Amino acid sequence: MPKQRVMVIGGGLAGLAATMKLAELGIDVDLISLTPVKRSHSVCAQGGINSVNARTRQLGDSEDLHLDDTVYGGDFLQHQPPVKEMVYWAPKIIDLMDRLGVTFNRTSEGHLDNRRFGGTLFKRTAFAGATTGQQLLYALDEQVRRWEAEGRVKKFESWNYLGPIIDDAGICRGVVAQDLISMEIRTYPADAVIIATGGCGLLYGRSTMSLVCNGGAVSRTFQAGAKYANAEFIQVHPTAIPGADKLRLMSESARGEGGRVWVPRTPHDERSPREIPESERYYFLEERYPEYGNLVPRDIATREIFNVCVHEGLSVDADRQCVYLDLTHIPREELDRKLGGILSIYEKFQGVDPRDEPMKIFPAVHYSMGGLWVDYERTADGGLNIGSPVNQATNIPRLYAIGECDYQYHGANRLGANSLLSCIFSGLMVAPGIETLLESSDDGTAADQPSSLFEGARRQRQQNFDALLKRPGGGENPYLLHQQLGEVMTRTATVVRFNKDLEQAYATVCDLEQRAAKCSLSDTGNWTNQNVVFTAALIDMFPLAKTLLKGALQRDECRGAHYKPDFAMPGLEATDPAERRRQAEAWCDKFEERNAKWLKSTVAVLDEDGEPQLAYEEVDTSLVPPRPRLYGLVGAEAIEEVWKERVAVN
Amino acid sequence: MLFDYFGGQCPPYAMSDQHPEIDSFEVRVLRQDAPGERSRWERHRVTYERDMNVISALQKIAAQAETVDGQPVAPVCWDSNCLEEVCGACTMLINGRTRQACTALIDRLMEDCPGEIELRPMSKFPVIRDLVVDRTRLFRALTKVKAWVPVDGYLDRGQGPLRSMEEQQQSYPLSECMSCGCCLEACPQYTKIESTQDESESDEDFSARKSATYDSAFVGAHAISQAVLFNTNPIGKFIAGERLDALTGPGGIQMCGNAQNCVAVCPKEIPLTTSIARAGRSTTLHVLKKWFDR
Ligand SMILES: Cc1cc2nc3c(=O)[nH]c(=O)nc-3n(C[C@H](O)[C@H](O)[C@H](O)COP(=O)(O)OP(=O)(O)OC[C@H]3O[C@@H](n4cnc5c(N)ncnc54)[C@H](O)[C@@H]3O)c2cc1C
Ligand code: SF4
Ligand code: SF4
Ligand code: FES
Repeated sequence: MPKQRVMVIGGGLAGLAATMKLAELGIDVDLISLTPVKRSHSVCAQGGINSVNARTRQLGDSEDLHLDDTVYGGDFLQHQPPVKEMVYWAPKIIDLMDRLGVTFNRTSEGHLDNRRFGGTLFKRTAFAGATTGQQLLYALDEQVRRWEAEGRVKKFESWNYLGPIIDDAGICRGVVAQDLISMEIRTYPADAVIIATGGCGLLYGRSTMSLVCNGGAVSRTFQAGAKYANAEFIQVHPTAIPGADKLRLMSESARGEGGRVWVPRTPHDERSPREIPESERYYFLEERYPEYGNLVPRDIATREIFNVCVHEGLSVDADRQCVYLDLTHIPREELDRKLGGILSIYEKFQGVDPRDEPMKIFPAVHYSMGGLWVDYERTADGGLNIGSPVNQATNIPRLYAIGECDYQYHGANRLGANSLLSCIFSGLMVAPGIETLLESSDDGTAADQPSSLFEGARRQRQQNFDALLKRPGGGENPYLLHQQLGEVMTRTATVVRFNKDLEQAYATVCDLEQRAAKCSLSDTGNWTNQNVVFTAALIDMFPLAKTLLKGALQRDECRGAHYKPDFAMPGLEATDPAERRRQAEAWCDKFEERNAKWLKSTVAVLDEDGEPQLAYEEVDTSLVPPRPRLYGLVGAEAIEEVWKERVAVN
Repeated sequence: MLFDYFGGQCPPYAMSDQHPEIDSFEVRVLRQDAPGERSRWERHRVTYERDMNVISALQKIAAQAETVDGQPVAPVCWDSNCLEEVCGACTMLINGRTRQACTALIDRLMEDCPGEIELRPMSKFPVIRDLVVDRTRLFRALTKVKAWVPVDGYLDRGQGPLRSMEEQQQSYPLSECMSCGCCLEACPQYTKIESTQDESESDEDFSARKSATYDSAFVGAHAISQAVLFNTNPIGKFIAGERLDALTGPGGIQMCGNAQNCVAVCPKEIPLTTSIARAGRSTTLHVLKKWFDR
């Protein structure tokens, strides 16, 4: 009898963590990835990974505070038990990565050094220079190579996942994939399939993400019937360097190490930044958010930078939007040791040394909080039942999702350095659940399923592929359509959103989708055809783009990264104490009303016509009761006072 | 406009005095349709924009799919992913030099060679198509030198060993190796191996045969440097001997002619010759010790 096997799609941090843990449990794993796994997008992560540590603990920190920061930063839109479990595992994950040889920065005594990231007051973030993602990914890649050498893991690199194989009972029995070199389409029976294919930044044309982050794998899973949740929550990172091909990230760690954001008080001041005296600089984040300063959560920093440039006209340059991110007050040696990796990116692409000159930066699309809907099994004390096959399971039996492509951990806004954590955590944690699943299976292995199931799935995909190759000439150009999609998404569904724009964008995207169906290929060959692979990925972007826009359109509120000025809850205006009190009461009423209606995950399915249908699902907020997110709001104290009284009464 | 920055093609921050005065430039690409096919030169004209790199030029070439003479052609194939020189995917020969395409800025290239850029695939690896090559051998070398820390398992065992700042600062640069292969392309001792699958041979057998061939040929500077990285790791060094065995066997460090080309081209500025020297000393001691222990 053939042995059971697990298929992992994607070898970023999440996929590799799952692979090595499954291998350790004695389970055979196949691993499919578009790129050699060592080149996965996770290498781009710069700043670091969060956990409570010995030092922060002595300053009053705890796992529960990490949980609190994460859900408060995420505007309470995430189920709390998985987050709780994650933050309790975090210190152990850092220890493991340390043992695996990650070259984390050290203190003089030889312990791990830590820096502070946004949305917290504690220095929780462990880091390896400014290339933490690269170092973490390599450590996992090395372990997986070790298992590969032992024959427990088989890697299929340069393979493109085309979709799950689902039997008549609705159970996932494997996947169909295509070799990007020979273009051969093949089926892989699997007793469980894990999707770990990362984010979908390419929906926006250019972003901080890598070129393979096209969302294709997730879209194909969604089109096969998996639910997709919270699509509208897209993080726009406050600080990136623009480029013709990519908006390169300038990590939050630059601010974590003391970097300061400012603009000249005089609009478009022509002097060189170093000649502008302190008194003529506007450190707008520090002035407006004295407590968190430059390290407010990302959604807030992004909107402020936008605001200062667009509404207040204080952009550094007259012909484009940008603000200064200044590190020049920090000693060069320290910068090299802690931030070398990102400073060299700036130097390489801008030709300016950020140790001497402040960098010019502006926000860019960065991370997708939403993703494939997944489940979890809660314990009585609010953690997860580790070993439950329900954890990280999609609504399709035996199909799982982990890493950036699940929706589970970050709610409406992700805190910096929490993603590397959620990727490794979900990867390690899904494995024991799958072990339970495999042990309890009594209907044979996937390979025992009728061969007609696999042959049918293969034939279907082969026909789609052949049809695409045979498109008549003279049609639409997929690269130009992609550019147009990116433009409309970026214009309407990033930092500030308006319903009329979103409606128009939806129509435009539907139109582009129809045009994409008429793309012509400039390469119709059957060998390493990147043209057809790109076109297929483009076609698969539309279901996700439409779900995102529809979710944004329907959600008439502001929450985390989703910001609609027409539904904002401004601060208090009154100065008279009684009136101010009344306004604070009204504010809190409105807040409660808003939560009653919108403190819900958006859960999408595609109907038969390929249109997204949305439903709303309650969020488990039983561990940390939701409270107003008041960073920098006028009248915050008055609102907080009223809110505390209400909580005390209940 | 509010969002011009994001969506449009408007150029970002200027280094205004440093731009060439041109509207377009020519890209000469050495193309090859598949392994075993003949290669040929093809010329493309690309409209100049500020802040372009070789990848954005290739993207334009793919979108227009037409040569300089208006001949419709299939888009040129190439490898890339991160676009910020950390994934190692986009190595190619640009104006004859091995380097990453994503950091090859058009403005700088125009300074060296106005109006024209030449792109060729790496010469030490089999061409799959156009600029895409098969670098399996490079990864295979990492298996050969056991480039990993042999931990007991992934259950919690508390924190790892303490390490000094100095040790970290020595290890960190080595751990930045992104397996791009520039060091191998430049190395006179690293010669191309191209195998073809026999008709009777299964995929598994073919890949086993390839691995065996790779294992007997020179491992390359990157793998020697990784061996040093793991031999200096407090847990990694428990199997230092096995790594040194790999480095003293066929295809080992003795093949290095110390030409130092590798260190000059490494985009990550990894001190490869220092690693090679360290590995050289360790292997000598290792061989002597084994000899005395006989
Ligand atoms: C520039 C940048 C910096 C960041 N810095 C930080 C940071 O400091 N701290 C932090 O916590 N987070 C950071 N993040 C976020 C974090 O890096 C990502 O969320 C995380 O790395 C995602 O990992 P993953 O394993 O889910 O996916 P990825 O690393 O994206 O891996 C996806 C895998 O799936 C494969 N794949 C994709 N599609 C297919 C397909 N169709 N078929 C087969 N395989 C496929 C790919 O080949 C790849 O192996 C940063 C993100 C960016 C963009
Ligand atoms: S020093 Fe050795 S490895 Fe480096 S280029 Fe010369 S021969 Fe090759
Ligand atoms: S040592 Fe340098 S040149 Fe060689 S593979 Fe590593 S990063 Fe590339
Ligand atoms: S694209 Fe990653 S190194 Fe150039």
